[in-house]
Amino acid sequence: MMSSSLPAGDADGDMETLPLAAASDYASTATTFDPLLSTSSPSPPTPAAFPLSRASSSSFVDPPSYADVAASSPRSASVSSSTSPRSARAAASEYAHIAVSDPETEAEAAATSLVPGSAPTYISYLVTSARRCDHRRHAVRRRFRDFITLADRLAEAFRGHFVPPRPDKNTVESQVMQRDEFVAQRRAALERYLWRLAEHPAIGASDELRVFLQAEGKMPLPSSTDVASRMLDGAARLPRQLLGEETVSPPQDVVQPAKGGRDLLRIFKELKQSMVTDWGGVKPPLVEEDKEFLEKKQKLQDWEQQLSSASQQAEALVKAQQDMGETMGALGLAFVKLTKFETEEATYDSQRIRAADSKRIAMAAVKASRTCRDLNTQTVKYLTLMSDLASLQSRIEKLEAASSKVFGGDRARLRKVEELRETIRATEDAKCCALREFERIKENNKIELSRLDEERREDFLDMLKGYVRSQAAYAEKIVDGWTMVAEETSGYGRNSDVV
Amino acid sequence: MISAERSQSQSPRSPSAAAAAGAPFLSISVTDPVKMGTGVQSYISYRVITKTNLPEFEGPEKIVIRRYSDFEWLHDRLVEKYKGFFIPPLPEKNAVEKFRFSKEFIELRRQALDLFINRIASHPELKQSEDFRIFLQADEEKMDRARSFETGIFKKPADFIQMFKSRVSDVVLGKEKPVEESTPEYEKLKHYIFELENHLAEAQKQAFRLVKRHRELGQSLADFGKAIKLLGACEGDSLEKVFSEVGSRSEMLSIKLQREADNLLFNFEEPLKDYVRAVQSIKTTMLDRANAFRQHFDLDQERKYKELNLEKLKFMNPEKFSESEMEFNELKAASEEATKRFEHIVSVMNGELARFQEQKTADIGLAFHEFAKGQAKLAKDIADAWRSVLPKLEACSMS
Repeated sequence: MMSSSLPAGDADGDMETLPLAAASDYASTATTFDPLLSTSSPSPPTPAAFPLSRASSSSFVDPPSYADVAASSPRSASVSSSTSPRSARAAASEYAHIAVSDPETEAEAAATSLVPGSAPTYISYLVTSARRCDHRRHAVRRRFRDFITLADRLAEAFRGHFVPPRPDKNTVESQVMQRDEFVAQRRAALERYLWRLAEHPAIGASDELRVFLQAEGKMPLPSSTDVASRMLDGAARLPRQLLGEETVSPPQDVVQPAKGGRDLLRIFKELKQSMVTDWGGVKPPLVEEDKEFLEKKQKLQDWEQQLSSASQQAEALVKAQQDMGETMGALGLAFVKLTKFETEEATYDSQRIRAADSKRIAMAAVKASRTCRDLNTQTVKYLTLMSDLASLQSRIEKLEAASSKVFGGDRARLRKVEELRETIRATEDAKCCALREFERIKENNKIELSRLDEERREDFLDMLKGYVRSQAAYAEKIVDGWTMVAEETSGYGRNSDVV
Repeated sequence: MISAERSQSQSPRSPSAAAAAGAPFLSISVTDPVKMGTGVQSYISYRVITKTNLPEFEGPEKIVIRRYSDFEWLHDRLVEKYKGFFIPPLPEKNAVEKFRFSKEFIELRRQALDLFINRIASHPELKQSEDFRIFLQADEEKMDRARSFETGIFKKPADFIQMFKSRVSDVVLGKEKPVEESTPEYEKLKHYIFELENHLAEAQKQAFRLVKRHRELGQSLADFGKAIKLLGACEGDSLEKVFSEVGSRSEMLSIKLQREADNLLFNFEEPLKDYVRAVQSIKTTMLDRANAFRQHFDLDQERKYKELNLEKLKFMNPEKFSESEMEFNELKAASEEATKRFEHIVSVMNGELARFQEQKTADIGLAFHEFAKGQAKLAKDIADAWRSVLPKLEACSMS
């Protein structure tokens, strides 16, 4: 009944294999059934896991080669054709390759449970990397907690610098979302995070990052520098300090915050100092001679606000497009079923003609829906970029707090230096060191801000270009499909139609 | 968004009558919706213009004012008198939505009523109905009188259920078989009609949702455009100009999307809805057929039973025989009448079905065409808009 009435060239029109659900059962099948995939696996593709290359079996959806380029990480150094600022930064970084992959469930090693197999578990990821200089590949297993540790260590080590923010813990989402989708999202976020670290001129070359990426086995960086552990470390040196054998601290030691648990005396003094400054409620006044700095910060704040609003609208836009794609798909599905039904029940030729036309519409609608879904996967990528950028507001505040601490702290340190001078009769060198450090940190701050500004603007422009480009490309794809159907059904039209 | 000229011309889907000079023609349009009355009493009146050269009509042109309940009256009269025929469907009554009276609602209803009248005008049998002529020509007084005189017979949902249930009396009398027409062809037809309604309703539901999605996307694009423009103003110098263009494109596309939403509503979703109504009308006819069948069947059974008894009576009780014979002859006449009625409905329905399928193909084909055309144009506009701003955007750099 079918073969004679369907138009030739319908390579994928194997309608008879469609599992037709009961007529009343539309709601459940609408979102999970994709007739174009009737020959491949039936599992519904989630946006995060939707591989563009899967469409090879279907003659309908052919992702343009552009998508392959744009979809892969923009940091891949092998993409030399793109001259975007991001890939330029990536090409200059210490690391030629970083990837996070292969999530696996592992049991907490220390936990002992009476019932075997019920130990609390966590997800670990395989982190592979290769440095540009020696091309040796490293592969280590890390869990999310380790990333938090790395972030904390870097925040401490690079005060005054702008440290890229790490992915959120997302405790709520992890309960609510589907496991696979959540893990996939987190994996991607972690990978992006590591890349950003690698691209940062100072952090990319840091020991902390290198150790994280290369040291096998358990995470080597200390998970916390709480006072207790530092005290334990410093306890070893205390007797000597008290006995006066270590009289003069080398100047560099003076200006560093009590690092790694040495120097218990200084820790006590710092503690006392921080209690005064933070808990005493009186912060050292932030004397900013730098008007330019303030203005720039204000401008950045305004920009952040607009960016945040634009990114919100962009999210709404993506959602609207997603809904459109879904409804288009559901519409196509409804017509597919109608077509099948009419074809089976046809007793009149007009029914067969109508069935053929309704099939054309159905296919075009489903194709448009698929294309829309592809578009959304792209747009989501850009969106995550935007939402990263939009979270800068809080970063700015943290930077301000950090800088005030640094300035204030250094002010305090200056005072402390004076005290030390009295108590240990330190030389003028110590004071100069402290001042030099102060200036250096302030300079870092300025450089970081302008670099940050530059970087963010580059990122945003990049994102906007990519968004517009992909919108245009996908719209062009859809035009052809619909124009063809319009021509095929032009016999019904009343007026002469020009599309 | 709805062009003014549309409310005056025929609905694009109305079958056009032959307009050649001298040839018989009948052209009707339902136009000019006007809200009348206030509050709970308010309603919409329409102008119905009839142009014809047919002798059965009073003159070459006639203009009357009609309201929805007048159309309803005509519909019910036709259902009563023309058993077996598929009476063109009316738009929903929507007593509640009436109060909102949105422009869209009014225009959709006007088009649907125009379609209704014109379908009657182009149906070879229905157009000869006297009620039809009354509707087109009677003055308001006469129309009011006609309307209040006849009471409509409303089909309740329960009636449809009855079609598939055995009658209680049958069970009581020991007849297990439901009194249903059950030829294989008719079974197939029943199944087809009921399933078709489900499929169509689903398609129409999705089409309606699609209209909504277009509006939502349009709104999002407008908001996005504004936000991008503001962001550009923050940046200043060369970037501001480019962002402002991106924002304008976005706003322009938003307008196009709203327009496409309107187009979809009138030229895609409404035809599908109309199709659903048509199928429901067929179900009404099927109900009539079922009733006719039952009558025919019952009378036929009764006649057969009486015929047997009559034979017996002839020999056993000759006096009573002639009286019974008279009764029997009446019964026989009634039975033959019922059978004829039933068979008439069957033959009419066959013709109607063929006509229905052809008409539907043309209507839906046009709807598909409009849909594809609209989507193609929209996609092209989107592509053009973004392509035009892309080179300037690409040329932009932050340094």
